[in-house]
Amino acid sequence: MAEAGQPIVEVVGLARYFDVSKPWLARVLQGQPRLTLKAVDGIDFAIRRGETFSLVGESGCGKSTVARLIVGLHRPTRGHIRFDGVDLTALGTRAAQAPFRRRMQMIFQDPFASLNPRWRVRDIVAEPLRAFALVATGETVAGRVAELLTQVGLSANDGEKYPHEFSGGQRQRISIARALSGNPEFLVCDEPTSALDVSVQAQILNLMKDLQRRLGLTYLFISHNLAVIDHVSDRVGVMYLGRLCEVADAQSLFRRPRHPYTRLLLDTIPDLAMTGRARGPVAGEVPSPIAPPPGCAFHPRCPHAGERCRLEAPALLEHDGALIACHGVEEGRL
Amino acid sequence: MALLEVEHLRVEFETRRGNLIAIDDVSLAIEEGEVLGVVGESGAGKSITGMAIIGLLEPPGRVTGGEIRLAGRRIDNLAYDSMRRIRGKEIGAIFQDPLTSLNPLYGVGRQLAETIMAHTDASPTAARARAIQLLGEVGIPAPERRIDAYPHEFSGGMRQRVVIALALAVNPRLIIADEPTTALDVSIQAQIIQLLKGLCREHGTAIMLITHDMGVIAETADRVAVMYAGRIAEVGPVRDVVKSAKHPYTKGLMGSIPIMGREVERLSQIDGSMPRLNAIPTGCAFNPRCPDGMARCGVERPDLMATGGPNRAACWLYAPLGVAVHG
Ligand SMILES: Nc1ncnc2c1ncn2[C@@H]1O[C@H](COP(=O)(O)OP(=O)(O)OP(=O)(O)O)[C@@H](O)[C@H]1O
Ligand SMILES: Nc1ncnc2c1ncn2[C@@H]1O[C@H](COP(=O)(O)OP(=O)(O)O)[C@@H](O)[C@H]1O
Ligand code: SF4
Ligand code: SF4
Ligand SMILES: [Mg+2]
Ligand SMILES: [Mg+2]
Repeated sequence: MAEAGQPIVEVVGLARYFDVSKPWLARVLQGQPRLTLKAVDGIDFAIRRGETFSLVGESGCGKSTVARLIVGLHRPTRGHIRFDGVDLTALGTRAAQAPFRRRMQMIFQDPFASLNPRWRVRDIVAEPLRAFALVATGETVAGRVAELLTQVGLSANDGEKYPHEFSGGQRQRISIARALSGNPEFLVCDEPTSALDVSVQAQILNLMKDLQRRLGLTYLFISHNLAVIDHVSDRVGVMYLGRLCEVADAQSLFRRPRHPYTRLLLDTIPDLAMTGRARGPVAGEVPSPIAPPPGCAFHPRCPHAGERCRLEAPALLEHDGALIACHGVEEGRL
Repeated sequence: MALLEVEHLRVEFETRRGNLIAIDDVSLAIEEGEVLGVVGESGAGKSITGMAIIGLLEPPGRVTGGEIRLAGRRIDNLAYDSMRRIRGKEIGAIFQDPLTSLNPLYGVGRQLAETIMAHTDASPTAARARAIQLLGEVGIPAPERRIDAYPHEFSGGMRQRVVIALALAVNPRLIIADEPTTALDVSIQAQIIQLLKGLCREHGTAIMLITHDMGVIAETADRVAVMYAGRIAEVGPVRDVVKSAKHPYTKGLMGSIPIMGREVERLSQIDGSMPRLNAIPTGCAFNPRCPDGMARCGVERPDLMATGGPNRAACWLYAPLGVAVHG
């Protein structure tokens, strides 16, 4: 097992393309080419044991695809995922991957869709226990389920109820209990509070922090809400159209954003502290990922774009401890 | 006289399991050109309040008490046709999903021109010219070329711009905007809010901005009303509500929001959840969750009262300071 601070997950050159062409016949009849959507197009990062590493970016930039690749819900088109030093992409069969899969679990955004409505809560929470044969007898399953429910702030007899009897926040607690039941070390949390009201979000974020401290969990946390990211993260990766444009520790990213897209995102945060901070005007929209702009994909929206930006994709390079993919930063003009 | 006056509004839903009171004695006013924010958790009654004002409550929802007046004229008891005329001409609406406001079968220009012609005596040519101008105003690039495009040919953010153009087409005096940016990307949200606010300021249009996002309110609203379980818990100038909330619920709500740069290990949290309509506690609806509750809170229901600052709050903590406004 890796030491604290050592990488528990490493992602190397990871890519996932989707074929979004029309059906073959329509293509042939209408003479249309195949269309490929590069949802994730070559990204690298490492998550250290015990930390919260976050991915942030606008809708469609590939955050959920990265999450699903890591937990094995998608196969990569290219690249590697190492978990605790073992290359999961090299383990062909599900059976070979199973021991590692137990150690990582996922929590989804929609607490309504992600729980089977016909199962009692106790069966939902016990499912990973049974799937991974983690406890031997029915007696201990019940005990473990009760313990898990209490751990997430529900009561043991909530196990008898069905998901529809719970509010959104309570359902997200059930999802967390289910994710924890296999004793994972690593949780992938894809927008776990985005469907919740802020007061409920606070309950869930506090619970997640408590559990992390108590159980020594490592989180990959995904959100489009920068204030939430700022609150939960140790390190942050900012994504734009399938690539990482900046990776830095949360402190420096939020106090001293370097990449022009990170700065744009920070500028969109409403000023709740009411400091009277003037916001820069934000221009443009995210282009289609089917036909991303050449060179730096951000160049049509970037106030600092130069000739090179239109031609050449910038590599993710280290600058003062952060990783930044920007010609402007590399050339020292930003 | 305020532009919009809502007094003692009550909305009920008749269901098989009895009457549910969704809005219970809500009073609010919006001045000419003012932006009133309405915030609260899902189910607090924000949308139902907005729908009642524009006369679009769906059965079994029904206004069962109170009055709504626009520029002094009662509009809650109008016949369908008179209300429809007011809806296009004097009150515009923007909803969360732009597609609910746009007809997928017609080009956006045609929809704009038809709205303009229905409420003014503009000729088709003049209406089309005005439509192009409006699309330009809401930031659609090359509007003369985009005018015949269909809604599906626009991105979500662009569609919401078209809806704003539609809502502003005949210079209404009030716009009800219900979660206008919730479905949009963060970078687009800021654009849309700035646009809406700028245009309304230019045209002198008042806005009732309904959202669950306190950040949007903080940047946009002049005053804000905080709703909880079908009632207004607190109302006041936006700065006072955000920075010095008086009602224990508003305080808890503000503390639960992660704010950039505010280093806290834990967010302050309000335990429990908002009650469902069929189980609203007696007395103050917030009392089972309230850290400051007193004996009286479980028995008597507080109305909005003075707090010693610019805010009014429906909370017994302020009873000695002011006289409860009974209605
Ligand atoms: N199964 C699929 N088939 C085709 N395209 C897909 C598939 N899954 C994702 N995509 C596309 O890949 C891109 C990235 O999607 P992804 O869900 O990872 O985005 P995201 O960053 O999680 O966005 P959001 O914030 O909206 O959740 C999008 O353009 C999406 O439409
Ligand atoms: N058709 C309906 N029948 C019964 N209750 C309803 C109906 N529509 C809305 N409600 C209830 O009215 C309350 C207020 O709803 P709404 O105004 O939509 O809340 P908000 O916009 O603040 O999220 C909620 O408790 C909701 O469940
Ligand atoms: S590479 Fe060029 S276009 Fe891209 S963010 Fe940097 S300066 Fe802007
Ligand atoms: S009236 Fe009582 S219970 Fe209600 S918010 Fe005030 S102190 Fe709390
Ligand atoms: Mg996603
Ligand atoms: Mg609503």
